Amino acid sequence: MKNFLKILAGAVMLSASAFSTLYAREGDQISIVGSSTVFPFATIVAERFAKNTDFKAPVIESTGSGGGLKLFCAGIGLEHPDVTNASRAIKSSEKEKCVAAGITPVEYLIGYDGITFSNSNKADKFTLTKEEIFKAVSAKIMSNGKMVDNGYKLWSDINPALPNVKIDVLAPPPSSGTRDAFVELVMHSTCKKVYKMPKKGDDGYKALCSALREDGAVTEAGENDNLIIEKLAANKDRFGIFGFSFLDQNKDKVQGSLVDGVEPSMATIADGSYGVSRPLFFYVKKEHIGVVPGIQEYSDYFMGLTKSGGPLEAAGLIPKP
Amino acid sequence: MDINRKNFTRSRKRVETRLKFYGLTSICFSLLMLATLLISIGLNGYTALQQAYFKISIPVDASEFTSEDGNILKNKINLYDWDGTVNRSFNKLFPEVKSRDDRKKLFSIISSNSGYDFKEIVKKRSLDKGKTVLTVWLSLSDDADQYLKGRLSKDIPEKDRRISNQEIKWVDSLVERKIAQLKFNKTFFTAADSREPESAGILGAVVGSALTLTITILFALPLAVMASIYLEYFAKPGKVTDFIEVNINNLAAVPSIVFGLLGLSVFLSTFGLPRSAPLVGGLVLGLMTLPTIIIATRASIRSIPPSIREAALGLGASKMQAAMHHVLPLATPGILTGTIIGMAQALGETAPLLMIGMVAFIIDVPSSFTSSATAMPVQIFMWSDSAERAFYERSSLAILFLVGFLIIMNLIAVVLRKKFEKRW
Repeated sequence: MKNFLKILAGAVMLSASAFSTLYAREGDQISIVGSSTVFPFATIVAERFAKNTDFKAPVIESTGSGGGLKLFCAGIGLEHPDVTNASRAIKSSEKEKCVAAGITPVEYLIGYDGITFSNSNKADKFTLTKEEIFKAVSAKIMSNGKMVDNGYKLWSDINPALPNVKIDVLAPPPSSGTRDAFVELVMHSTCKKVYKMPKKGDDGYKALCSALREDGAVTEAGENDNLIIEKLAANKDRFGIFGFSFLDQNKDKVQGSLVDGVEPSMATIADGSYGVSRPLFFYVKKEHIGVVPGIQEYSDYFMGLTKSGGPLEAAGLIPKP
Repeated sequence: MDINRKNFTRSRKRVETRLKFYGLTSICFSLLMLATLLISIGLNGYTALQQAYFKISIPVDASEFTSEDGNILKNKINLYDWDGTVNRSFNKLFPEVKSRDDRKKLFSIISSNSGYDFKEIVKKRSLDKGKTVLTVWLSLSDDADQYLKGRLSKDIPEKDRRISNQEIKWVDSLVERKIAQLKFNKTFFTAADSREPESAGILGAVVGSALTLTITILFALPLAVMASIYLEYFAKPGKVTDFIEVNINNLAAVPSIVFGLLGLSVFLSTFGLPRSAPLVGGLVLGLMTLPTIIIATRASIRSIPPSIREAALGLGASKMQAAMHHVLPLATPGILTGTIIGMAQALGETAPLLMIGMVAFIIDVPSSFTSSATAMPVQIFMWSDSAERAFYERSSLAILFLVGFLIIMNLIAVVLRKKFEKRW
């Protein structure tokens, strides 16, 4: 019994000491957060970086672009990440936060990603305009100069040339950069260019053209793009919105619709003719360079791998032209 | 009257038979579901036990990275052109491939980590000075691996297939020459995560889970036992005790993600503990399992007949002595059962780990409580989210592995209970 007591007391002391020893991160490992779209590319870079240099492998978390920048701009010190990945450029409000915390973010543009509007390759390939996609997924649509609730049920309602099939779209969740980019590049762009709406205000496109419909025609899927692919393969009338790299890896199951007459491919995204593409970035905390070993080397290594013909292109990144 | 009674008995028996039948059907149904689950995961996952390898002889010039007395020079070995060395030797197997583009395609059927894998093999072998030729087995790429396992069908049109006709020809030629074959996938059990399915393993996650659970048990068990003893023997019945009791029971039902948020704000923000560390993960999971263990411990303390404690008290033992010397040893099997079940629950948990950064891509096997780590369910989650097809079978195998662990833990709990259980 005495032994049991001793063990018990020891365990309590151990857990107490573990509790009171205030460690920061082990200082020789780069900590990276940010976009789930850049995540697969960053992990390839990190692995090669660790295996081919003497630096320790960076730790990479997939937090979404917004979440990553929030963590990144929280402050200087080892408890904060050194690098954040983003599938969009840093917003001015985020930059202000960073500057207020004394952080200088250094921007690296690594390449581009296309957003595809895809269906099962057992179904017909669609040719859509951005406006038609907008009419299929937006909560509000333009009718006689006014924004009203979207009532389209079938693709043929939108354009008689399209098949007589129910509209059924799987969209990424609001936390994802893919969703942000889709809203901006398809929905806002339609309202701005086709309907000539102003940006801000109650009748601006930011207020009226950001919501997806909630009447069952659009379903929010999780962050798991593989799941979307499986669901598209199971139901050939369904469409999904996801990044080009997933289309590229699953060409035997799904196909990307032509948007404004252009097929999504490496070439059309790189030269900008495919209209739904976005730049991908990572941001480095200048103040941590030299404090955490290898940050500058990691950044240079990353940029080296983004070149055309490199391993990141093979994984679906579209290199800078 | 008599006949009526007879009929009544018969109908009661009929009801009983029917009830028995319903019960049996329910059991069969649940067993069927469990079997379907395990079999479907098993069928998806068993192929990950094998990996496609190819055999190759590679010349190495050891003098370039070893010192005079035969030690490997750390700064030199990374500068040696490992990728090039492997690729050039592989090219010799297909001398007809000459142009730059064709060679690039040819190298895409071997693992892009081949150079690194070869370097690690060289590090382990003691080399003769000067030039030697090593014959080794290296991994083929994940697409070639999936093709050899029959998971990439030739019937799909070439433009939609992950592996081209030319690549299939090369792989087939390797198999024909008997220098490519499926072998036991040792990497899966000896490596941590990787972006290349052929180099990815589960060891990092297993070690991460072990470190995390160590903290969990060290933190939760003593606290839970102390709390239970206090509540059972020292706390005066009253409103405060009732309040505590209700709250402990409520805590057991709080969604696990809430504990993750708590960990984020308390352990990371306030105490400044490191992100992604098993230390924090263990504390968070400890908080989560605490109520489970307290409830189990209290139940097992209460099941000890009061006469034992009363006898001790009657002979002049203090409350502390009665509890520590007499009740607690008898209650140990029950406490352990509760603890193991709590640990099994913690082992399968991902949600709270998400908030404290343990859902991350980590290439190294964690070495301490503060180094970055993931856990097994997290690894499964991350692999199932990867685009590469070969990760699909690997996540299934990892699921089987995790389920195996859980079954073993629960079996230990059952055996302990059976062995030490006393009937009063």
